[in-house]
Amino acid sequence: MSTTTTLPTGPTGWLSVTWRLVDYWITVYRRTWRGSVVTSFLNPLLYVVAMGVLLGNFIKQPPESLDGATSYLLFVAPGLLAAQTMQLVFGETTYPVMGMIKWHKIYASMIATPLTVAQVVCAQLGFIVFRIMTTGFVFILVMTPFGVWGSVGGAVGAFFIQLLLGLAFATPIFAYSAMLRSEEGFTVIFRLLMIPMFLFSGAFFPLHNLPPVLEQIARITPLWQGVDLTRMLSLGTWDTSSALVHIAYLVVLAAVGGRLAVHSLATRLRS
Amino acid sequence: MPHESPTATDDATSGGAPTVAASMVHARELRKTFGAFEAVRGIDVDVQRGEAFGFLGPNGAGKSSTMRMIAAVSPATSGELRVLGMDPRTDGPLIRARLGVCPQEDSLDPDLRVRENLLVYGRYFGLSRRAVRERADELLEFAQLTDKAKAKVDDLSGGMKRRLTIARSLINDPEVLLLDEPTTGLDPQARHVLWDKLFRLKQQGVTLVLTTHYMDEAEQLCDRLVVMDKGTIAAEGSPLQLIRDHSTKEVAELRFGVGEHEALAERVTDLAERVEVLPDRLLLYTQDGEETLARVRDRGLHPIAVLVRRSTLEDVFLKLTGRSLVD
Repeated sequence: MSTTTTLPTGPTGWLSVTWRLVDYWITVYRRTWRGSVVTSFLNPLLYVVAMGVLLGNFIKQPPESLDGATSYLLFVAPGLLAAQTMQLVFGETTYPVMGMIKWHKIYASMIATPLTVAQVVCAQLGFIVFRIMTTGFVFILVMTPFGVWGSVGGAVGAFFIQLLLGLAFATPIFAYSAMLRSEEGFTVIFRLLMIPMFLFSGAFFPLHNLPPVLEQIARITPLWQGVDLTRMLSLGTWDTSSALVHIAYLVVLAAVGGRLAVHSLATRLRS
Repeated sequence: MPHESPTATDDATSGGAPTVAASMVHARELRKTFGAFEAVRGIDVDVQRGEAFGFLGPNGAGKSSTMRMIAAVSPATSGELRVLGMDPRTDGPLIRARLGVCPQEDSLDPDLRVRENLLVYGRYFGLSRRAVRERADELLEFAQLTDKAKAKVDDLSGGMKRRLTIARSLINDPEVLLLDEPTTGLDPQARHVLWDKLFRLKQQGVTLVLTTHYMDEAEQLCDRLVVMDKGTIAAEGSPLQLIRDHSTKEVAELRFGVGEHEALAERVTDLAERVEVLPDRLLLYTQDGEETLARVRDRGLHPIAVLVRRSTLEDVFLKLTGRSLVD
């Protein structure tokens, strides 16, 4: 029997060990994708038709009061995409994380192997990115016949913005979920964070419609950064300086959240 | 007393190894605290290659905390710990690569089928997909789960889940297998099947480290064990040695009328090395049970029922850890 074992070293070694979790996530996805495939096609269609087309017909505003959009459909569609990204990530980083800690002890069994907590978190974030990619891609595709995309580059850019926006939500919520002892804590963030952000972060109406104080609050939400970036890309109203601020905000949130997520899960699994 | 030389073990298999067996687990003054609570209070342990070593103790004795430190998932608060000659603080992944861990609660994935649980787990150790498929089929055979390969985990019985968890912990061909209360919650048939599996592993040279609060399990499986109580080691040795050191050869159990035991105990104290009063009987620890019984009758005492038996590990355990409930 061998008495020496080696593990791949260096950053590529680290990633190759993390890659060992791919089979797990593929197997999980193979078991669960059917449930999500219909909604990921149908949801965007229903939203775009209901909000963009049918409700949009009642809203006739000049472009300057719709952030430059020539119709409400063009205004609301990118907002819906960003809002969907947020909702997807809330779904993926709340109950599933608690389940893997508490109900099925999946993380505990993973870290009984050469894998580390950071690798386990990283692989799960990779899976979440994959989920954002597939649902985001479908959403962008569904929006295309409605003439939402000013350019191909805008659509591609919006796709990548969803990944960044998704990670900026995923890491801090993961950190929060890893700390929680009971699922009641999820109701709190759904009610106090997700739903208010969904409704008031500029996805459905221009932020300047809000009273000044609320407008300032809405402008510092992570969702607004994603909504504005996606909208600038779809409308072709890209403004580099404000885009850089949004991107920096999301990158910092994702990075700080990532550290917190690893710390939070490590602390939890050690206790 | 807490640690005698490990050569005291009467295990012959480890002696046959050509190389000097290095300790698989070596702990000195090992401690684990959670806030103000001291779960493990400075224990010394050595586990040799090829032996079956047990941590025996009531709930809350610190067994699981010790196991989690050995498994390199929970860092020691202080003290020295070497597993397979390495330090868990710096070489956790390398240690875990060579360990098998069977946790107290089954941590199988209910979203995955039986065989998938093995396939996925083997990948964590860097086995190729091909290698892991072969290994999974061998282990399903070993765990008598071949015909359940495609079943859902939730449809397995408790015993089957446990066997699957053990099969999974063997996927990397570990040198040391850590089992935390392997048979808790199983029916007698399932326990015996499992003991048989573990015995076969031991014969193949796998070092077993297990925790249990079942005396029969400790006697069946362990070459050597420590009795843990309140985070410390109360005694150490082979099952036989422990009985010799901490109990008498035989025990006479006397049953009188309800409520009489307390008073009658005083009349027989000098007849045994130790007398224990239970609500429903008296236990007389003695070298010769029948003779003691005869002398009890000579004193005009006539128990309703008597039983003479050999001392067991359970007598040792209860003497060392007390009879009061720990919750």
